[in-house]
Amino acid sequence: MGATSTETNMADPNATALARYRNDFLKEVEERVEEGPWVKMCMQCGVCAGSCPFGPHWEHSPQKIFMMIRAGKRDEVLRSDSMWMCTSCYNCVVRCPRQLPITQIMHGLATYAHRLGLAPKLQPTRDFSLQFWDNCTRTGRVNELKLTMGVYFKDGLAAGIRKGWEMRRVALGLLKSGRLNPFELFGGHRCKDQKGVAAMLKKAREIEEQRKRAPG
Amino acid sequence: MTKPIATGQTILVVGGGISGMTAALEAAECGRQVVLVEREPALGGRTGRLYRYFPKMCHPTCGLEINLRRLKGNPNVQVLTMAEVVGIEGRRGDYRARIRIRPRYVNERCTACGDCARAVDAEVPNAHNYGLDRVRGVYLPHPMAYPQRYVIDPSLVGSADAGKAKAACRYDAIDLDMREETIELHIGAVVWATGWKPYDATLIHPYGYGRFPNVVTSVEFERLADPAGPTAGRLLRPSDGREAKDIAFIQCAGSRDENHLRHCSRICCMASLKQTRYVREAWGDDAKSTIYYIDLRVIDRFEDFYQSVRKDPAVRFVKSKPARIAQDAATGNPVIHGVDTEGYHRYAATHDLVVLAIGMEPEANGLALPDDVVRDSSGFIEGSADGGQIGAGSSASPLDVNRSVQSATAAALRAIKVIHQTAAAES
Repeated sequence: MGATSTETNMADPNATALARYRNDFLKEVEERVEEGPWVKMCMQCGVCAGSCPFGPHWEHSPQKIFMMIRAGKRDEVLRSDSMWMCTSCYNCVVRCPRQLPITQIMHGLATYAHRLGLAPKLQPTRDFSLQFWDNCTRTGRVNELKLTMGVYFKDGLAAGIRKGWEMRRVALGLLKSGRLNPFELFGGHRCKDQKGVAAMLKKAREIEEQRKRAPG
Repeated sequence: MTKPIATGQTILVVGGGISGMTAALEAAECGRQVVLVEREPALGGRTGRLYRYFPKMCHPTCGLEINLRRLKGNPNVQVLTMAEVVGIEGRRGDYRARIRIRPRYVNERCTACGDCARAVDAEVPNAHNYGLDRVRGVYLPHPMAYPQRYVIDPSLVGSADAGKAKAACRYDAIDLDMREETIELHIGAVVWATGWKPYDATLIHPYGYGRFPNVVTSVEFERLADPAGPTAGRLLRPSDGREAKDIAFIQCAGSRDENHLRHCSRICCMASLKQTRYVREAWGDDAKSTIYYIDLRVIDRFEDFYQSVRKDPAVRFVKSKPARIAQDAATGNPVIHGVDTEGYHRYAATHDLVVLAIGMEPEANGLALPDDVVRDSSGFIEGSADGGQIGAGSSASPLDVNRSVQSATAAALRAIKVIHQTAAAES
């Protein structure tokens, strides 16, 4: 990681003097984040920030995130919950005068922060993504009932019951039209070749680990 | 009138704006034979449509008058108006150019008395004012038009109005039997001075040009400020004719944008700074101008002008490229939405009028030029590899009037060089 390489060079007086001016975080993002090399192309016009339908609800707009990356604010960027708020509407991407793949960069940053364990633990998008992944890789099929229950009860029993009560009409409608099977709660349906799915995921994980170990 | 001098030693200048006039005159005053071809019925181009120039805030009529005077006194230039180059074949020193001339329906006997215009009822959009108002179907393109001759809009030909105009003319200057013709010239060098056009602002969807009447382009704003323009020089907004005192200028409207024009149009920052002066002069201390910008590119010696506008308390600068414009339904006021870069504050700002500092697109974009003419990634003309065809002024690069004149003078010298070398080869 960029930060550690700076620390090891601290013995060199020149490196010490210049350390403040080195932007290791930008390099780190360029090397390790999907579409990271685009970050330096941002000209800070503000069109992405103004075009984002969720703009008023995030702390850091893409424009701000890109500037923070360039300013070396590693911790603040990776701990930000802003990239998790992206709904992939692509409004920023189509309007960006420099054609930066902003949506992809935001998801890349979120993934990178998650891998490093810096992503905000209670961020709902992150929590849902984890539950979804866990749910669908277990049997090779998404168990919607279990997934819904997991999301409803993440904040405790009382909150879960309240949420369930609020949604009772929707649930009943789904039940009546045969879109919701209550027996899914006990095991549920699974794919035919579960071992195959497990082997495939294992292999994918190996490839990913390998890639992460490769010098950046 | 002299016959076109169609030898391999003639220079063809395409476009009769400030660059084309300059290139033609510089070459002609060096003794070279020049044919100047202009698509519109009169010379002057986009320069003639400006209210004032930066940085000295003088009126373009002044510069045009000087050039027209030079032109009238020079027998070496043959001017063809309503004419377009439709094909050029050959090579350096030996080109055949085909030029299509549209009928004006008014011959050289015209004295510009205006009786014909008064006789007709039909109206057509006023091209000189970018279509912001209408003129009679028989018109003088603008007060300083050269040639000083009326034009009959082709839509009138065959109608009763055309007959009325003909009947009103005391000089037998109206000839409704004129036909389009194509002539061929033998020429030695070509100067492309086809100039620029404002980028099509309707393509910048989030800014609502074309949907919201109070969003106009900078070239239209020039016409609004001009006493000879559609509002007689009063800054009135198009939706309701109310006085526009709080005016927003949006920079890089189309420029520096990979989705539109990828180049910086260079002149727009200065143009907007200049236009804040119009607002200041019109309304005094009631004037409010706001410039929305990514960064201001006020090139070299215009820094003084920029600093003087900076000092004006009536002008506010917001470092932000607006994301979109909405319209307040009740008042018709445009509302600009965006986030500024100095502090990342979200804003929704209401103004009376929004002026888009529209980018410069090469006028020749979309036109077929000879195969050996090289253009850059934005379509600006670099010239032909053999040097026989030369780009000049804003057809070659986004330039202001001053730099266009410099570029055109340089192009004239290159064209003279081609002729000189050709003549040497022939003798």
